[in-house]
Amino acid sequence: MIKTADVVVIGAGSIGCSTAYNLARLGFNKIAVLEKGYICRGSTGRCAAGIRQQWGTEMNCLISRYSIKQFEVMNEMLEYESDVEFRQNGYLMVTYSDKEADMLKENLKLHKKLGIPVQFLSVDDIKEIVPDINAERIVASTICMEDGQANPFKVTDAYYRAAKRLGVEFYTYTEVTGFKTEGERIKAVITDRGEIATSLVVNATGPYAKFISQMLGHDLPVEPERHQIVVTEPLEPFLGPLVMNFHHNTYCQQVVNGSILTGYGNPEEPKGLNYNCSWQFIEELAEKIIDQLPVMKNVNIIRHWSGHYGISPDGQPVLGTVPGLEGYYLALGCGKGFMLSPMIGELIAQCVAGKETTLPIDILNVERFEKGELIVEPAVV
Amino acid sequence: MSDKTIICRCEDLTVQEIQEWIEQGYEDIEELKRAARIGMGACQGRTCRRHLINELARATGKNPADIEPPTFRPPTKPLNFGAVTGGSSDD
Repeated sequence: MIKTADVVVIGAGSIGCSTAYNLARLGFNKIAVLEKGYICRGSTGRCAAGIRQQWGTEMNCLISRYSIKQFEVMNEMLEYESDVEFRQNGYLMVTYSDKEADMLKENLKLHKKLGIPVQFLSVDDIKEIVPDINAERIVASTICMEDGQANPFKVTDAYYRAAKRLGVEFYTYTEVTGFKTEGERIKAVITDRGEIATSLVVNATGPYAKFISQMLGHDLPVEPERHQIVVTEPLEPFLGPLVMNFHHNTYCQQVVNGSILTGYGNPEEPKGLNYNCSWQFIEELAEKIIDQLPVMKNVNIIRHWSGHYGISPDGQPVLGTVPGLEGYYLALGCGKGFMLSPMIGELIAQCVAGKETTLPIDILNVERFEKGELIVEPAVV
Repeated sequence: MSDKTIICRCEDLTVQEIQEWIEQGYEDIEELKRAARIGMGACQGRTCRRHLINELARATGKNPADIEPPTFRPPTKPLNFGAVTGGSSDD
């Protein structure tokens, strides 16, 4: 393992790999990425693969809008020999109540302002786009055909390979156990395989972020929230867009190989890391899915897994510096890390390099929680 | 067993393809699942798991018993959504 580095990135999910790639592009020479498992072991490799711009806050909309522009050209941008499987089959947002419908209408105003092509749909339109949907209880619905999906393993692999070509060193099965500090400055990262002297550290560990922060005496209010997902046998394409239902709190989409991927997180569940899969989840999910898409009754579930959102108090990303800890940066998507990873990597790399950031990220600084300046994201599932 | 022998029938992978992934440094079953999709199909690795462990043991010199298998989770066999709700609402 190298003894010194310009920057150490902790976590080799989509954000960690994208950050390392962007740091290398900005001219940092010695970059080390530390990963306690294998590449993509954590939240990225367990996410539902969706990519959307239909958010309820300006920052989420902007970061995702800029990210989608990069997903569109990602194979070429990262000179990836395989395919990241980016597909723009749209996101259909479905509501069953007037209150949720009002939220969609509010969001629509924001999308118009930012130039995001979102449309309000009538029940007839919905039936035309997703003929198998049960539209009986739908009050309002929007769609953005620029939204879609990509393969999280492939996206992370593409960033990983591109970063490696630029000289980034990756250390898998290497767990961070502590830090050396001097006053407010970071001096070194300690791992179970040795120590790396560095003054710059990026925390891109998603749901593990608070545990890394704890090692620096920093109390980070980002909690692991378990989500569970099932995947079905592959089917002929029939679904079209990802269906996100605010009543059921579910997401459901057909991925490139034809499988349906669907799941949700129970907000009532105590926060914490928990990789177990519960039978109760499958029963509840089955009710929710059959209500939305009755044809799913006959579709076989083949696998079930769990993963985590690292969720912040306002559901927005936490990006940038930490007051009182020089050289420590947070790169946390907070439940949307995968879909925002192209831009979060770019923004954090610019921030670490002391350059002007493409988008203003001050509003997403961790300080907002202490100051009580939360920017609540209403459109979370 | 020839190189063209299918090791994972669900995802249509040959022994040779898996050997190539292992040569690239993918030595963890969880990682191979994600990269090559071995064991991700309808049978969820019931056919290929042992063969894969053997291939990994051969390539890495490890004892097959020391190679961590993937986790076993429900459903243990394909199960449709309708069977799960089994009359709880309509009957």
